[in-house]
Amino acid sequence: MIEIRDINKTFGDRQVVKNVSFVFKPGQTNLIIGEIGCGKTTIVKLMVGLHQIDSGEILFDGANFNSLGSGEKQEIRTQIGMLFQGGALFDSQTLEENVRFPLDMFTKLNRAEKTDRVNFCLQRVKLEGKNKLFPAELSGGMKKRAALARAISNNPKYLFCDEPNSGLDPKTSIIIDDLIQDITREYNITTVVVTHDMNSVIEIGDNIMFVHKGENWWTGDKSEIFKATNPELIDFVFASEFIKKVFKEHNS
Amino acid sequence: MYRVFARPQKFSIYFRQIIFEIDNIGISSLTIVAIISVFMGGVIAIQSAFSFTSPLVPLYAVGLTVRDSIILEFSPTIVCLILAGKVGSNIASEIGAMRISEQIDALEIMGINSASYLIFPKIVAALLIFPFLIALSMFLGIAGGYVLGVLSGSCTAYEYVFGIQAFFEPWKLYYSFTKVLVFAFLITSVSSYCGYHTEGGALEVGKSSTTAVVYSSILILLFGLILTNLFLT
Repeated sequence: MIEIRDINKTFGDRQVVKNVSFVFKPGQTNLIIGEIGCGKTTIVKLMVGLHQIDSGEILFDGANFNSLGSGEKQEIRTQIGMLFQGGALFDSQTLEENVRFPLDMFTKLNRAEKTDRVNFCLQRVKLEGKNKLFPAELSGGMKKRAALARAISNNPKYLFCDEPNSGLDPKTSIIIDDLIQDITREYNITTVVVTHDMNSVIEIGDNIMFVHKGENWWTGDKSEIFKATNPELIDFVFASEFIKKVFKEHNS
Repeated sequence: MYRVFARPQKFSIYFRQIIFEIDNIGISSLTIVAIISVFMGGVIAIQSAFSFTSPLVPLYAVGLTVRDSIILEFSPTIVCLILAGKVGSNIASEIGAMRISEQIDALEIMGINSASYLIFPKIVAALLIFPFLIALSMFLGIAGGYVLGVLSGSCTAYEYVFGIQAFFEPWKLYYSFTKVLVFAFLITSVSSYCGYHTEGGALEVGKSSTTAVVYSSILILLFGLILTNLFLT
């Protein structure tokens, strides 16, 4: 479980995160949703330590991340897997080397065990047999899946996904969403997904935080979001004419 | 800088990276170093023969001039300036591209000291391979002077060989290789710094690359002057 309590972040004279609190539950896909520029990616970067919070607390299973020593922080980081928006695969390494990288750095597995784990992870994201390809040879969807394979290779306790289906077609987006949800439930991972894609909200939103202007504006799950009365959330959710129409038909 | 020289997290991975960088930085620069050295040696031989018009200057001075020019200045400084362009821009653009595509963030989130993992192997590799490149450059420069000097009729083979052996002082090599080690460190550390602190997009990667070459070149000339002053005065 990850808990954030009253976190704040200011860049220059602009406060981008204001007193945000939320509990991200294990075994669930926890979504941070909101418009572009509302501060959701910043919240994730604060949680993983890429930015420092100005005030507040970030607790990983009760341990306050910001008050930990560098060794303990590193220990937590080895339990984090992250899927970046662009994949962030290492260009100079093959798919196999990318997925094996966390195992090389942090485990004492022998070569055969590492190869088994790499093959298992690639199979899990439906990329079996692509071991020797370089990132430049992969499509956008394959890159995301490869990045997901790398993120889960070291059995993380916490998985962060930043816009996992941006730039993907609807079918591939659903494949990625399903993979994230399956992996989360199968290994009881605390998964945090940043998205503005309503399909993802409907598909995998177990526990949702809606962020507006850097603040936690609404929390709930996918069944509650369509009943919400919060005007900013309604604006966001029903921005698409298609969803408006489907919702109207469903209600009538 | 303290993060770069922090204790490596896994020696076997760093060792593998150093070998990779030796190939990337050093072996891939062999061709350009060889071509430039041969031609520069030849040009120095012909130019010095052309300048020595006085009958009081013996023709073996051509070999002596080529040897000293190559060992004292051309190989350690000019070749390092060329390597600052080739290797420095390569390092800055590689690390800069990793920065803007979030690969460095990915390393940090995994709990890896990205500065050490990316930069330390490059510095060590350059310190190991640059002296070999420069030694090769010295050999090829002097050989180039011999071939082109003799072929052009600037001097005879005997005079040239006599010249390159005359009045040789081994401490000149010590001075030269000290400069090479300092320049190797400057090129890799300055270029890595410029790449590591890239912010923005592809345009900024290009700017980092240019900045790396400019700063490395200026520092090479500055430290060249300082070391020359320390060793030769």
